[in-house]
Amino acid sequence: MTQSLGENSATRTASPEGPTEAGGGVQTSSPAPRPRRGRRTDWRKVFEITVLSAPAIIVFLAFVIFPVFLAAYYGFFKWKGYGPPTEFVGIDNYLTIFQDTAFHEALLHNGYIVVLSLILQGPAAVALALLLNQKIRGRSIIRVLIFVPYVISEVIVGTGWSLMLQSAGAVNDLLEKLGLGFLAVDWLSDPKIALWSLMIIISWKYIGFAVILFLAGLQSIPEELSEAASIDGASYWQIQRTITLPLLGPTLRIWAFLSIIGSLQLFDLVYIIWGQYISATAGTSTMATYMVLNGRLAGNFGYGNAVAVVLFVISLVIALVYQRYVLRRDTEGALTEGKK
Amino acid sequence: MATLLVAPTKSSQTLRRAPKVAWGSPMTYVIAFLFVGICIAPVLYIIVGGFRTNAQITNSPSGLPSPWVIDNYVSVLVSDVFWRQVANSAVAGILTTVGVVALGLMVSFVLARYDFKLNGAMYSLFAAGLMFPMTVAITPLYILIRDLGLMNTIGGIVLPQIAFALPTTIIILVPFLRAIPKEIEEAASIDGASRIGFFFRMVVPLSLPGVITVGILAFVASWNSYMLPLFILNDELSYTLPLGVQAFASQYSVDTARVLAFTSLSMIPALIFFSLFERRIVGGLTGAVKG
Repeated sequence: MTQSLGENSATRTASPEGPTEAGGGVQTSSPAPRPRRGRRTDWRKVFEITVLSAPAIIVFLAFVIFPVFLAAYYGFFKWKGYGPPTEFVGIDNYLTIFQDTAFHEALLHNGYIVVLSLILQGPAAVALALLLNQKIRGRSIIRVLIFVPYVISEVIVGTGWSLMLQSAGAVNDLLEKLGLGFLAVDWLSDPKIALWSLMIIISWKYIGFAVILFLAGLQSIPEELSEAASIDGASYWQIQRTITLPLLGPTLRIWAFLSIIGSLQLFDLVYIIWGQYISATAGTSTMATYMVLNGRLAGNFGYGNAVAVVLFVISLVIALVYQRYVLRRDTEGALTEGKK
Repeated sequence: MATLLVAPTKSSQTLRRAPKVAWGSPMTYVIAFLFVGICIAPVLYIIVGGFRTNAQITNSPSGLPSPWVIDNYVSVLVSDVFWRQVANSAVAGILTTVGVVALGLMVSFVLARYDFKLNGAMYSLFAAGLMFPMTVAITPLYILIRDLGLMNTIGGIVLPQIAFALPTTIIILVPFLRAIPKEIEEAASIDGASRIGFFFRMVVPLSLPGVITVGILAFVASWNSYMLPLFILNDELSYTLPLGVQAFASQYSVDTARVLAFTSLSMIPALIFFSLFERRIVGGLTGAVKG
């Protein structure tokens, strides 16, 4: 956050309106013929700012920020969701969460999903982006097609894949026909396999986003660099390794950040494919499915809110640590700045 | 920064016409083709599966339709349930889009072009919203919506969707609005336009590309949204398509072909919107992520 402060003051001095704030600093020579700023105009400005920004701020505070504080409050109560919460239980809910093996398992699954998403999608997406960054025919249609899984909804992905992965589904049938029948397994309900099936589906759905992101990153790298290197006799792979990949670093780090946060919050796909109760036995439960199952569906709203707080704190801590130690070296972070 | 990144996607592409080393061309095409195939095959399975009968699917789950039957699609298309859910989804999507664009444009205008003490704090507040995903807020949000009496109403999902779409919207729009040259504003004010007049006559038209990007993103997100409707809409009459697809899939679980037909029809609007505006969505997403 210190960074953001520095950034703000930098923009302020740089902006043409700086002098009003700085009280007639160095830049008063700004040639802009601006209307006189008397008291009246100032009030008018305040009025305009209020009218234009109030609706967004109110909606945002009411439906994004306020609920998170509500969750923190309700988390201290044993509460069935009706009437005001009265049965204050202190940190009991949190103690229960940390002692519940079902939560430990869910947390562990989230951990696997975070790590496996990075390992499975990252290298493959970089390779594909390098490949598609070359001059090939039909590149724009390829870009559209690989983005399709990302655009269709989780429900469609979940419904489609769970039909295909049924034990008598299309995937096993196809393996059979290809003479690979020995690979046919119970993709969704075998606890040893289910998490991997989930990883296949997640990778399929989100890798297109990574590829498109990396492609955009690659295209912002000046071509002169690789041209100069190739004139100096560097091979294609040398150029990629020593020039392209380091310059793609910021994009990679932002992608990893989004992927980690997304993996920690994962709910839709698991809930759609494994339903309310099977996810725990199939070994695919996540913190979010645990929260919904033990909170709203069980009618224990105080407990559900406590789980939400735990989920939030875990994500926030990971995000802040990541911002501090990984994103910091980039000139811009998604959260700390952006005022450019 | 984002504006810089939104635009180059297009321009650098035309620049890339420079001759390049032809590196393993056929291999490139093979891998690209395989990758596209993997991305598209499950989607095609859903669409094509809708043209089969249940008997065909049971006999050969991975086969092609023979003969092709359109009964499944017809039966979905003539059902009231499907069209009611399409209507609910469309209303929710349109209201969300309008709300996000209106509120987002107004507040972005303030953030981009007014100089005041709280400007930085306000921007940080919205940017921090990226760290508050719906998953965390959903349980208290459900209680809040219930207490507001908005359960089973489209308004109950539209308001939170607008709120949660605001951070991305603002991060995309502010650089757009900042990029409008100061001279235009001065010229407008010399011609007697007030700040508000400038907003409606110059800012709104000039920021149209950014507005289209955030509008499409908001619409597609609303069209696909699952968790919020799952909590807020309990009455089948108020179901949006994602809930409808799920309910249909469990209700007719034996009628696989019809489930596939229903599923593929429900993804058409998002696909159409996306292919029409692919470049803008991709540009907006990458711009938002990087800038």
